[in-house]
Amino acid sequence: MNPFSSGTRLRDMIRAIRACKTAAEERAVVRKECAAIRAAINENDQDYRHRNLAKLMFIHMLGYPTHFGQMECLKLIASAGFPEKRIGYLGLMLLLDERQEVLMLVTNSLKQDLNHSNQYIVGLALCALGNICSAEMARDLAPEVERLLQFRDPNIRKKAALCSIRIVKKVPDLAENFINPAATLLREKHHGVLITGIQLCTDLCKVSPEALEYFRKKCTEGLVRTLKDVVNSPYAPEYDIAGITDPFLHIRLLKILRILGQGDADASDTMNDILAQVATKTESNKNAGNAILYECVETIMSIEDNGGLRVLAINILGRFLSNRDNNIRYVALNMLMKAITVDAQAVQRHRATILECVKDSDASIRKRALELVYLLVNESNVRPLTKDLIEYLEVSDQEFKGDLTAKICSIVEKFSPEKIWYIDQMLKVLTEAGNFVKDEVWHALIVVISNASDLHGYTVRALYRAFQTSAEQETLVRVAVWCIGEYGDMLVNNVGVLDIEDPIKTVTESNAVDVVEIAIKRHASDLTTKAMALIALVKLSSRFPSCSERIKDIIMHYKGSLVLELQQRSLEFNSIIEKHQNIRSTLVERMPVLDEATFSGRRAGSLPATVSTSNGASLNLPNGVAKHSAAPLVDLLDLSDDAPAPGSSGSDFLHDLLGVDLAPASTQPGISQAPKSGTDVLLDLLSIGTTNPVQSNSSALDILSPGQDNQKPIAALDVLSSPLASAQANSSVGASSMIDLLDGFAPSPLKHEDNGQVYPSIVAFESSNLRITFNFSKPPGNAQTTLIQATFKNLSSNAFTDFVFQAAVPKFLQLHLDPASRNTLPASDNGSVTQSLRVTNSQHGKKALVMRIRIAYKLNNKDMLEEGQINNFPQDL
Amino acid sequence: MGIRFILMVNKQGQTRLAQYYEWLTLEERRALEGEIVRKCLARTEQQCSFVEHRNYKIVYRRYASLFFLVGVDNDENELAILEFIHLLVETMDRHFGNVCELDIMFHLEKAHFMLEEMVMNGCVVETSKSNILAPIQLMDKTS
Repeated sequence: MNPFSSGTRLRDMIRAIRACKTAAEERAVVRKECAAIRAAINENDQDYRHRNLAKLMFIHMLGYPTHFGQMECLKLIASAGFPEKRIGYLGLMLLLDERQEVLMLVTNSLKQDLNHSNQYIVGLALCALGNICSAEMARDLAPEVERLLQFRDPNIRKKAALCSIRIVKKVPDLAENFINPAATLLREKHHGVLITGIQLCTDLCKVSPEALEYFRKKCTEGLVRTLKDVVNSPYAPEYDIAGITDPFLHIRLLKILRILGQGDADASDTMNDILAQVATKTESNKNAGNAILYECVETIMSIEDNGGLRVLAINILGRFLSNRDNNIRYVALNMLMKAITVDAQAVQRHRATILECVKDSDASIRKRALELVYLLVNESNVRPLTKDLIEYLEVSDQEFKGDLTAKICSIVEKFSPEKIWYIDQMLKVLTEAGNFVKDEVWHALIVVISNASDLHGYTVRALYRAFQTSAEQETLVRVAVWCIGEYGDMLVNNVGVLDIEDPIKTVTESNAVDVVEIAIKRHASDLTTKAMALIALVKLSSRFPSCSERIKDIIMHYKGSLVLELQQRSLEFNSIIEKHQNIRSTLVERMPVLDEATFSGRRAGSLPATVSTSNGASLNLPNGVAKHSAAPLVDLLDLSDDAPAPGSSGSDFLHDLLGVDLAPASTQPGISQAPKSGTDVLLDLLSIGTTNPVQSNSSALDILSPGQDNQKPIAALDVLSSPLASAQANSSVGASSMIDLLDGFAPSPLKHEDNGQVYPSIVAFESSNLRITFNFSKPPGNAQTTLIQATFKNLSSNAFTDFVFQAAVPKFLQLHLDPASRNTLPASDNGSVTQSLRVTNSQHGKKALVMRIRIAYKLNNKDMLEEGQINNFPQDL
Repeated sequence: MGIRFILMVNKQGQTRLAQYYEWLTLEERRALEGEIVRKCLARTEQQCSFVEHRNYKIVYRRYASLFFLVGVDNDENELAILEFIHLLVETMDRHFGNVCELDIMFHLEKAHFMLEEMVMNGCVVETSKSNILAPIQLMDKTS
């Protein structure tokens, strides 16, 4: 009986499986067969063993578990007949892998077979070993394989070579043994042996650098000669493919030449001629020829520089690019990506073709082309490239849009020549594919917008227009809402129109509010958008007083929202609008310019929020830019920020805001222009009492302690401090709490210890209604600190009520204010109010103290405000 | 290294031959085959024959009702692999005479033998059809 005709049984089984119409049927058939096979195994059936194994292999291929057949393989291998061995080995390779312990049992059989007289059996064993040997097996059998490398039969030699590859990979230490035999293999004539010999050498070079050196020195010329022979060889029917003799050998030779020539100038020189010959002579109308050219180009790109060859290579790539066959184009794009590092200029020449490829119908080509374009962008070509890419964005399909958008955004950010162009492009991208834009991208956009102060009007009008057309893009809506909130007045009053702008139909205030209302009422708007819209509404209610009622209604609508964030915001903002008119305008003033450098630094570093970034949290509240939420800290109202992004730049903003030396200019609070210097903000801070428009402590304080406005003097604004921390302390402590921006604890009472030095008291400030006197003393041991007692005297005939004294000092000083003894000043000097201050001078001795003060009080129910600068401190304080 | 696996799959997605040169468990194999086959079958004639999947490339070609898929490392020459697929088909054609899917199914072990002669451990061993077919014809003669 012919053991190889798997007979009708295997065929029957296959027919039966094919006839199954459902998966369940197939499972049933397979289960029956497996049961039969298992029974046969138990009976130790000799005759049908091979057939059963063949069936098992088929079943394994279908995906069913077949581990019960593994021992069968071993038995078959151990049997004497060739067919049984054959199928045993086949089963071994298919059903087992190197991790199974069963494999160890095979080692002995393998060893015997490797020494068998029948060369086919030796071949079988080598094959099996080469496919699945494990490290231990490799070590055991390596000497046999080495011996076989010099066997007389070329077939065995080639198999032994490939087996050695695996051995070398598994046990790199054995590599040295194989170097010499491998070198001899390279001189073979037989193509099979040659190919495998080259493979072996390639792998040896990868594994051990000594091998690389050896081959480089000894074998480079030999290999070059071999390649020349192959290229020039006459027609050989055996190995001919499409008119080229053995392209596989070509390619392998080119590969090893690449490895040998990389980094070594001499080796590269020897190869130049042959590479040039291959590059020019190979026909490229067949795939085989193209394959060889491709490999040749890769080799040229990797070896040491030779101008002429490189030009040749790039020309070939150019030809590939314009080929109609997609495969060739794909391959060319791949190569160009590597070529860019080597010679960017040449690749730029093909830019137009590459752009075409971005629009190709084939997804793989599109992806490659897009990556290539991204690498090609530089300052000179960024504009036309971006234009093309954005045009394509409109017609591309969904899966690609995400990638494309990300790439366009990063190109625009990196290379934008001017802000207006940046904003334009980003708006276009948002209009087209806003939903694919990542958060940090539109955050960056907002930073840029706020920095480009002359473009505010233009931006907000453009956004308004864009909103009319593409309101379904979430990110566009968010940016639009923010801008309209900030710069709504510019929109309505057509401020800052640039020459290039198209005239826009006049936008009324209610139109602007419409936009925000639509944004907030859309079903598709998510939490961030709605929150931002609420804040924008508050800002607009201050900027457009006429729409205040309507805005209030909209906000009230969310009073009962089930989402905590919206509900809270709605309630707070409503309270601001209704009860706190006087501070509302300052609250929602223009945001100060967001510092780009710090922002990108933060973003790059993604630093976690530290204590001093508590400002960030409040920075968040009035302006609703969710990203600035500094992580934990000071959420004054326990507002859970929905997007706690790390690394807020809040502290740095405040840093910049506060870290300015006092300038003499003073501005009225509540002016809605962006503050031009830190001092303005400084004064604004002072004017609201405890609130800082940027920080919106006011909202916190107002809500929690409604009757306490203007009762807490602001202490010094220290650059290093965390103002919010103090505000928090303030809000939690209550009416008589002291706001100390330095630290949140109650101050110690003023110590009047005399340091031995007596300083004259000065009249710090005098006006028609008020006189302030300062008395100085120094605590012992601390020369830098001065304790000041300020006495206020009312010079007018009416009493002052709601008296608030505030002071600010430059950076090098630190100021501590204690609460006033009371805040009503009886008339005509019938009593006085005292307040203690503590000043620490870090530049003691070098600079004298200087202070700006502001006093607010009510006289005859009229609000009065006095400001001044105190320069007449004693010098040595 | 080089070739990771070779699959022959018909148009309905059923695997007709599978040879893996790196170890994957059964579930992994089925998952892999399912994913890849879906991707390749969905592509049209115009699109190029190379698909990127995870960290390797798939080179595929369709011959009548059978798809030949070869998974290779990223640094492999794709055009050469296309040639190799063609060589494989031609070799089988020479042996079976007008090879079709059924031939491969019913003579699975012969197909495997042929493949084994051509590829070992992920590398192409022999490219001459006569050399490849010699041992197989010898076996047929003795049996």
